[in-house]
Amino acid sequence: MSDSTMVEEQAIDTEETGQHNGAMLQIRDLRVWFELRRFGFGRAGWVRAVDGVNFDLLHGEAIAIVGESGCGKSTLMKTILGLYQPTDGKVSVQGDAVGKLGSVGLKEYRSKIGYVQQDPFGALPPFMTVRAILEEPLAINNVPVHERAERIKKAMVEVKLTPVDDFLGKFPHMLSGGQQQRVVIARAMILQPALIVADEPVSMLDASVRVEILKLLRALQESHNLAVIYITHDLSTVRYFSERIFVMYAGKLVEKAPVLSLLRNPEHPYTHALLAASVDPDARNASSLREVPPGEPPSLVHPPSGCRFHPRCPKRIEGLCAEEEPPEFESHPGHLTACWLYK
Amino acid sequence: MTDRSLLRVEDLVLYFRTSGGTVQAVDKVSFELQRGEAMVILGESGCGKTSLAKAILRLLPRNVHRYSGSVILDDMDVMQLDDEDFRRRVRWIKMSMVPQAAMNSLNPVLRVGDQVAEPMITHFDVSKRDAMTQVRRMFEHVGVPLDFVKRYAFELSGGMRQRVAIAMSLVTSPDLILLDEPTSALDVLTQANIMNVLKRIKKDMDASFILITHDIATSSELADRVAVMYAGQIVEVDTAENFFDEPLHPYSKKLMASVPRLRADQEPEFIVGQPPSLLNPPLGCRFAERCDFRFEQCSEEPPLMDKDGRQVRCWLYAKEYEKMLAREAGV
Repeated sequence: MSDSTMVEEQAIDTEETGQHNGAMLQIRDLRVWFELRRFGFGRAGWVRAVDGVNFDLLHGEAIAIVGESGCGKSTLMKTILGLYQPTDGKVSVQGDAVGKLGSVGLKEYRSKIGYVQQDPFGALPPFMTVRAILEEPLAINNVPVHERAERIKKAMVEVKLTPVDDFLGKFPHMLSGGQQQRVVIARAMILQPALIVADEPVSMLDASVRVEILKLLRALQESHNLAVIYITHDLSTVRYFSERIFVMYAGKLVEKAPVLSLLRNPEHPYTHALLAASVDPDARNASSLREVPPGEPPSLVHPPSGCRFHPRCPKRIEGLCAEEEPPEFESHPGHLTACWLYK
Repeated sequence: MTDRSLLRVEDLVLYFRTSGGTVQAVDKVSFELQRGEAMVILGESGCGKTSLAKAILRLLPRNVHRYSGSVILDDMDVMQLDDEDFRRRVRWIKMSMVPQAAMNSLNPVLRVGDQVAEPMITHFDVSKRDAMTQVRRMFEHVGVPLDFVKRYAFELSGGMRQRVAIAMSLVTSPDLILLDEPTSALDVLTQANIMNVLKRIKKDMDASFILITHDIATSSELADRVAVMYAGQIVEVDTAENFFDEPLHPYSKKLMASVPRLRADQEPEFIVGQPPSLLNPPLGCRFAERCDFRFEQCSEEPPLMDKDGRQVRCWLYAKEYEKMLAREAGV
């Protein structure tokens, strides 16, 4: 019990200092667990999808959260969006904490965050025109009718869906994948949010369109001083489109660092593995095998004791990694790694 | 054809009939594949690369408008076979396919071992027991634990299911395996694992692959040769060394420039514009509209030209083409 109160006090401290730094999103010791039920009653255990995550996001900053499927990155994102409630810990955007808001507060909270989905076609209602899709958030948030057309037009120009009149009456299936994703981005931007959360925004798109959409997001971030959380499993796109990278493994952030610091001097053995597995196009790749750590990511119901990567880690320290969970060590300023090697 | 030649595709055409008109998905595609070689077919969605695979393996939908050309496999033009002969003598026996999103194409109500054994039992007169022995051998090759033969697809991770699908394509020991986007829905580490599996199979079993993908970086892990498709046509065929070093066709150059590099400080660029509709493709070069090097000649359709042994469909290399014609005329 004393532990958790300490954490809370710490959180309040940093919250105050955080606001001076201009942190717009604060996440403190966040846990999001899902209950596994057994025949309706009885509890079979918990899925610890997010288990002790801490970070601050500044105004106008773009970060990337990199991790494999099942590491909890989507749960983290949905908690930030206010779709899941934190089991423990705190998520707050500009002072409003998720889980403590009434329905009016929640509506206002959500209008501060834009959400760019992974699959644009799945995210757009097939029976609505582009105009209706973009008008809906405005209607829900009681924007006067006479302002709406102007704001829709402005949002479409920003995402380069021009000439606007050609697109207003179209249905999603009449658009290409890249255009659909532009509509999704326009919808996310239309309430002028302070934060955009993009969940694998380009994984369903072609290589040449990918870069176009990422550049568009980057330009919007810079011109509107937006904070962006870019969730991906592809390290190669991160380099050009964010300032910091957070690497997530089995519900925890194992390494947080500025982009180039992480790419040039990766620290956590898991980050090393991710980088070794990502290749640039080169004919020489065909002549050697990639090094991949054995095994698969652990179950989040019974995560390994100590460091969660230890069963797959080539640099495991016997008697330490399996027993004690590593705290974050700061080897260089701003480069944090949860690994005993950097004690 | 040389001794090592396995597959020769000539003027393969596959058009579909739709309510909007005729879609020219595969338009006079020709290439050759050697035994033990891996050819990558690169292209963006809608360029016809999956249709090409399906045309080679004759897995056609009902709305086929035109299907012609020749597919010569081991000196036999399989286009001449009727459907039943093709099924009996070619599919699974000589070539097999790992379809797109293969991990979701496994039957959920069959044990994966039984599923992998099925093509063996159907095509060869073997007992279930012998088939299962072969299945276990294949599982070992692709790195699936042997006790997984008794499991169902939903009990396996995405990477394991993809390995099972690959094991299934190998179980009848075909000469040629077509892989359609084998790693596109997988995580980075799983992708690297699957590519390692394919590299090992290629080496150990002397298998030939056609790998269809839009992922240029990953494709370089297996490629001996690269063919680039654009709007239903092959625009460049080259060795992997040449291609990844410096592609020739303006489209290939732009495609390479759009790949974000992890290890080089080179900002990726996107290709302005969209590929043309395959309903009414432009008459001249199909890339002309988006090309920086466009000139008058581009309103005529360029043939696939030879440039120092590399093939490219672009008028920029036409001088070499004329010289070659002159040389041939001289002979």
